[in-house]
Amino acid sequence: MAAALTMIFFVAPEDADQGISQKIFYIHVPIALTAYAAFGLAAWKALRVLWRGGERYDLESYTAVHQGTILGALTLVTGSIWAKASWGVWWSWSSNQLVLFLVLFLFYCAYFMLRFSVEAGPRRERISAVYALFGVALVPVSFLAIRLANDFIHPTVFTREGPQMTGSMFAAFCVSWLALLLLSYVMYRVELLGKRIDESLRELREALA
Amino acid sequence: MSSGEKYVAAAYVVFFVVVLAWVTILATKLARLERETAELVELARRRTDG
Repeated sequence: MAAALTMIFFVAPEDADQGISQKIFYIHVPIALTAYAAFGLAAWKALRVLWRGGERYDLESYTAVHQGTILGALTLVTGSIWAKASWGVWWSWSSNQLVLFLVLFLFYCAYFMLRFSVEAGPRRERISAVYALFGVALVPVSFLAIRLANDFIHPTVFTREGPQMTGSMFAAFCVSWLALLLLSYVMYRVELLGKRIDESLRELREALA
Repeated sequence: MSSGEKYVAAAYVVFFVVVLAWVTILATKLARLERETAELVELARRRTDG
């Protein structure tokens, strides 16, 4: 994270068009991409739940959705701050990219309501897995929205011709994304470990009672 | 501080506050698990002795 911050504030130049506010790009986009990765991981684990069954994959899928939702909330907040700095508004309903990301975020928020409304067991595992698999279909839609809609508000930085930025800007972006992925992975492992220990302790408590 | 700088600072502060809160919640949970493990070890030990 320290390397990413150094790159962002001391190496990458200021954007000629947006000025200093473009620095938000270096956390906003990596957070969004890491959220997509977390939802993708949740879907992969969900597929394994349906394929092989088992509490292990269910817990992994649930933890990944949890991570993705936190990162999704951060994407919306940082994006909103960037929107206010660049466009003068906190939110724009006319931007398909923003609305689709909000739909994706709300869809995954509903995952928790669904999950905790069903009693723990194989039925809940299957329902949660199917829901997580449906959700991941929204990820490419959300990602491609700005390209499909030719949105004039939300900028398209990554085009078929490559990233529309200087080499040092792209390097800062890559370091920032790598830092976010590492941070997210560590948090995922720690959270998963905590949940597993919690479950084992519950079983032990029941056995000792 | 210009208006652009304030928004940049706000975005980064929000990010670090959320990460800090996230780490704090996980640390609190792990501390609770450590406490519960110690309680169960004590319970198991009393069972064995008794």
